[in-house]
Amino acid sequence: MHIKQLSVFLEDRSGRLTELTRILAENDINITALSVAETADYGIVRMVVGRPELAKKVLEEAGFSIGLTDVVCVNIPDKPGSLYRILEILTAEKINVDYMYAFSNNDVALAVIRAADIVQMSGVLEKNNQQLLSQADIYQL
Amino acid sequence: MIWNNNMECADRQQMHEIQSRRLTAMIQRIYDHVPFYRNKLKEVGIEPGDIRSVDQLKNLPFTTKSDLRDNYPFGLFTVPQSEVVRIHASSGTTGKPTVVGYTQQDLETWAEVVARSLTMAGIHSGDTIQIAYGYGPFTGGLGLHYGAEKVGATVIPISTGNTKKQLQFMTDFGATVLACTPSYAAHLGESILKEGIDPDRIKLHTGVFGAEPWTNEMRKEIEQLLRIKAFDIYGLSEVIGPGVSMECECQCGNHVHEDHFIPEIIHPETLEVLPDGELGELVFTPVSKVAMPLLRYRTRDLTRLHREKCDCGRTLVRMEKCLGRTDDMLIIRGVNVFPSQIESVLMEMSETTPHYQLIIRRENNLDTLEVLVEIDEKNWSDSIRELEGIRNRIDHNIKSTLGISAKVRLVEPHSIERSEGKAKRVIDHRLLH
Repeated sequence: MHIKQLSVFLEDRSGRLTELTRILAENDINITALSVAETADYGIVRMVVGRPELAKKVLEEAGFSIGLTDVVCVNIPDKPGSLYRILEILTAEKINVDYMYAFSNNDVALAVIRAADIVQMSGVLEKNNQQLLSQADIYQL
Repeated sequence: MIWNNNMECADRQQMHEIQSRRLTAMIQRIYDHVPFYRNKLKEVGIEPGDIRSVDQLKNLPFTTKSDLRDNYPFGLFTVPQSEVVRIHASSGTTGKPTVVGYTQQDLETWAEVVARSLTMAGIHSGDTIQIAYGYGPFTGGLGLHYGAEKVGATVIPISTGNTKKQLQFMTDFGATVLACTPSYAAHLGESILKEGIDPDRIKLHTGVFGAEPWTNEMRKEIEQLLRIKAFDIYGLSEVIGPGVSMECECQCGNHVHEDHFIPEIIHPETLEVLPDGELGELVFTPVSKVAMPLLRYRTRDLTRLHREKCDCGRTLVRMEKCLGRTDDMLIIRGVNVFPSQIESVLMEMSETTPHYQLIIRRENNLDTLEVLVEIDEKNWSDSIRELEGIRNRIDHNIKSTLGISAKVRLVEPHSIERSEGKAKRVIDHRLLH
C-alpha cells in the first residue's frame, strides 16, 4: 500500500515557498507532512497532502513544476525504538532508503519513506505487521 | 626600434605593388589547388589572369567561418599533406573546430610578424619573456613563442594556469615581459599583492596582451598592478594567429602587417567596401600564406582603419580597438564561445530542455560563465542525487565541448524569459564598451 507524495522544484528565490503554501491555503488543502531538501541553488519540497491530484492541478496552474512520487507512509507507535524497528526490517531485506521524513502528532507517529521499489518495500513492511496508511487515511488526518 | 624597416615604413606605392603582386600569385594558387575557390571564382566569372592589382580585391568573393566548417578539415589547403608542418584548431560554432594549416614558409611568416610586433613594444634579445598563453592547438602560445625566439628573447614557455608557478618563475627567472590574456594579467597582478611578494623582486617592464577585447580602463589597471607598459596584440587563427596587428608606442591603433594580411572594412549588410575612418566589419586577405590563404575572410569584428602616417615612423595601416561583433560570438577567458554550442549540448541530452541562458560576469578580473538550464517540466526526478547527476553531466559536456568550465544552475521551467524574436540568450555583465 502506498500513497502519492508531491514534489516541487523550487529555485532559491525569495518567496517561492511562501507562494506555494499560499496556493494550497487558498484551495483548502491541508499539508500532512513536509520536508525540504536543498542544494546551494535549488530545493525540492516533498509533501504529503490529503488531495494530491487537486494540489498538483492548482500548483501547476500557478506555474510550479510538480511531480507525484509513490511513497510508503507507516504508522508507528510514538515511542523510542519505533523508527529503529522499521529500518531494521528494511535493512534485513536489503532495501535501500532513498529518503525519508517523519513526524509525530497526538500519539500518532508517521514515517514517510521512499525506496526504489515501492511495491517490494510495501510488501516487506506489511509482512512484518507494520501499519501502512492509504490515501484515504491521509485525508482523514 | 623597428624590426623590418623596408616593410613597416614602405611608402604607399611600394606597399600597393607588393600587395598586388602577392594577390595575383595567391589567386592563381587557390584557383589551381582549391576546388572550393575555383568554383567560387568561376561563379563570378573571374580567372586568375584577370586580377592584376589589389584595387580589384573588392570585386572578389568573400570567405566566411561556415566555409571553413564546410571544408573541414583540410579542404582549403593548397598543398599536399607532406608540405603541411603544423595544424592548429580553435573552437567552431557547433562541435567542429576551425582548422588551419601551415607550411614551413608560413611558420616563418608568422614568426616574422610576431617578431615585428614584439619589437614594436620595445622587446629585444635582452628580454626574458614569460609566455602564459595556452600552448597546444590554440595559436596563442606557439605563435608568441616562435616570434619571441626570432627576436632572440629568452622564452619561458609556461602556458596557462598554475598561478603559484607563474609567480615563482616570474621572480626567480627575472621575467621582463609578460604575454597572456589581459584578464589573466590582472589576475597575476592581484595575486602578487595577495601573496605579499615584494614588488622589487618583479622585473617586468612590458606586457603583450590579447585574445580577448579589453578597455583602456583595464589597461591602466594592469599597468598599475604590474608596473609595466601594456600593449595590445591582435590576431585570429584563420588569418595566421596572434601577430596580425600590434600597437606601437604611440598607442593610437594597431598596425596591421598589411604586406601579409590585406585589411578591408565592409558594411556588414551591403558588403560594400567602406572608406578609411568608417566603422564596419574587418575583412582580411592573407596573401602570403602558402598552405591556407583565404580570400576576403570576414572576421565579424567591427572596427575602423586609418592610413595617416604614425609618429612611430611606420606607414602600416592602423586598425582601432575592436568595438564589437557582428554575430553572437563571445570571448570568455580568451576562448571563443558561441551560445549555439551550449544549445547543441543541451539538445543532445534527453534530460534537459533547450531553454538556457548564459550569464557572464567578471569576478576578481576573471570571466565567469553561469549557464542557467530549465528543468524539463514533464520529466524531472525529485531526487537530489539525480538532479545533481544531470547538473554534473551538463557541466562535463559543456566543458568538453567548449573547453572552458561553466557553473550550471538548474532553474524552474518558464523562468527564462521567452521572446517573440531571437531569445535573449546572453546576459553579459562585463562592461566592455
